[in-house]
Amino acid sequence: MKKNRLLLLFALLLTVGLVLGACGSSGEEGSEGNAGDDSSGSDTNKEDSGEAADSDFSAAMVTDIGGVDDKSFNQSAWEGLQAFGEENGLAQGEGIDYAQSENDADYMPNLNRLVREDYNLIFGIGFKLTESLNTVAEQNPETDFALVDAVAEAENIANITFKEHQGSFLVGVAAAMKTESNKVGFVGGENSELIKKFESGFRAGVASVNPDIEVNVQYAESFGAADKGKVIASNMYSGGVDVIYHASGATGNGVFAQAKDIKKNDPSSNVWVIGVDRDQHEEGAIGDNNVTLTSMVKRVDIAVQEVAALSQSGEFPGGEVLEFGLEDDGVSVAKTNEDAMTDDIVKEVENWKQKIIDGEVEVPSTEDELDEYLNTL
Amino acid sequence: MFSNRLFNILIPVISVVLGLLAGAVIMISFGYNPVAGYQALWNGSFGDTYFFGETIRQVTPYIFTGLAVAFAFRSGLFNIGAEGQVIVGWLASVWVGASFDGPMIIHLPLALIAAALAGALWGFLPGLLKAKLGVHEVIITIMMNYIALHVSNTLIRTVLSENKDTSDKITDSASLASSWLMEWTSYSRLHYGILVALFAAVVMWFLLEKTTAGFELRSVGFNKHASEYAGMNVGKNIILAMVISGAFAGLGGAMEGLGTFGYMPTHSAFTNLGFDGIAVALLGGNHALGVVLSAILFGTLKIGALNMPTEADVPSELVEIVIALIIFFVASSYIIRWALLRLKKEGK
Repeated sequence: MKKNRLLLLFALLLTVGLVLGACGSSGEEGSEGNAGDDSSGSDTNKEDSGEAADSDFSAAMVTDIGGVDDKSFNQSAWEGLQAFGEENGLAQGEGIDYAQSENDADYMPNLNRLVREDYNLIFGIGFKLTESLNTVAEQNPETDFALVDAVAEAENIANITFKEHQGSFLVGVAAAMKTESNKVGFVGGENSELIKKFESGFRAGVASVNPDIEVNVQYAESFGAADKGKVIASNMYSGGVDVIYHASGATGNGVFAQAKDIKKNDPSSNVWVIGVDRDQHEEGAIGDNNVTLTSMVKRVDIAVQEVAALSQSGEFPGGEVLEFGLEDDGVSVAKTNEDAMTDDIVKEVENWKQKIIDGEVEVPSTEDELDEYLNTL
Repeated sequence: MFSNRLFNILIPVISVVLGLLAGAVIMISFGYNPVAGYQALWNGSFGDTYFFGETIRQVTPYIFTGLAVAFAFRSGLFNIGAEGQVIVGWLASVWVGASFDGPMIIHLPLALIAAALAGALWGFLPGLLKAKLGVHEVIITIMMNYIALHVSNTLIRTVLSENKDTSDKITDSASLASSWLMEWTSYSRLHYGILVALFAAVVMWFLLEKTTAGFELRSVGFNKHASEYAGMNVGKNIILAMVISGAFAGLGGAMEGLGTFGYMPTHSAFTNLGFDGIAVALLGGNHALGVVLSAILFGTLKIGALNMPTEADVPSELVEIVIALIIFFVASSYIIRWALLRLKKEGK
């Protein structure tokens, strides 16, 4: 009896081992086949890019740690890629795809895997991928790469940047018009050159309307920590701040959550959130109310779609820096919440927008420029 | 019939198998194909030389953090602080690696030693507090993790770079990276650190099993009071255990700094190397060889998981679930032990 049981156990283990082993060997064969395809694949790629506008074109993207459903920046990029796919009859897994990164160490394997799967164009979403994308691009000169939000050196990388300071300036104007306590808040993701652009523009916009408004600036040190966003928002709101602009990716979901909590308990309370990257109107909905005042919309989707189309038609802007600003609607201010964005505010925003486009106002994008700007007021 | 040794080997193996089976069941119940899923996992970790290299690269720091946690466990301490020790080790190694140039034979060991010392310091403080004041090491090490994270971020921005998000690159003389290994694995980030890690495993085994100091450490781990009665200095052993544990974790950070990255980015969240190290140690039965084997398993799962969404459409979160299930079954080893004993009894 005892022996039988033992035998059974070992038999079970062996079976599982065999099954796994079988998986393994077939896997190896498969990959060998892939390796063989690899070289031929890249050969056809070369021919294709010469021909321009071929039907086999494929594009993929690697997210930063926010993930593809961050309701912000990565999601917007993926929506752009999906729109591009729809135009060209491509679907996820068949022509377009994304790879999500759990931490900084995942960028390289994700990028390399997509290169190995013979995608013609690979997007790196976010400045955190700069180093990795540079390395991978240098090792794979045949593939097109695009980097969003930063500038890399390699010749086969198209650099997509935005004039976030301009859009932030305008939402700053809106915030300054909306605040009753004369205290507004800014929640940043990571303290970095990029987010400083948002902060500088926002503070300049607020000060342009009313230099006496206090701007409370806090950094969550993360683009993925909704819990931290909630704590910071809680502190700000209880300290009298009534409008918070967040430039913090998924961390901002915590800011929304806190504002909605306050609104839920007391529908008459005056709390507002300004969204970022996408129109975050739906994030702010709570019952019949909506805490989203407006959003600084950064059309990552349009940019992604445009670069994909350029790459497909053989006019890939490798090594160039593409800058999307107010004049080409690369950044804009959402007016979805019509109750909150009164005509006065919209008028004032349009007013400043025209001044920026006409070059009358030079929006600061760094702390030093901001100091200079504030001195001229 | 079942010797203790057999038990110690059987339980992790059964846990892993049960975890994989449970993962398969979950995949089926959510409408994914488990065979395709596990095949993608395999291809993504051993499918070709690139992924093989990346897997070994991921295994390297896991060995160190696994050893760190296991070492503390054996001395009766729960070192949750491996995470923070990894971060300070990473920081120290990059600091030494980037700030000057020198002959490799001096520079590289110096950077490694700096990492070990930094990790050791991060382990020393909780050890000291535990030994002298009886403060529980879990609380202190958790706090030390946060201190490490935020201090290192600030130092990277202010001292190691000019207000950038990454430190400067280390010089070649401090780098563990090898162009030979990289070329051989089609430009993965495989580096010589794996040799250092395997050497560290041997050191841990030798230290714990073959030296008097190791005997004392284990003895304190088994029973503090008996050890004290036998004339051992319990406080000294607690501090020593934490220091050595921290040094292992610090070296794990050096693997990232000197091998994988060659610089240190600011971290918005923990690297999870230290926390995964707890699972590695648990699965490896807190034994040096076990830690190496379970580190290989965890590295495989981590790297292979990245391939599952693209090749088999299985969300990578599912792999996290499989890993969690494996840990669950390891942690519930008591149940497996009970079941095995039941089988044995019934057999008689």
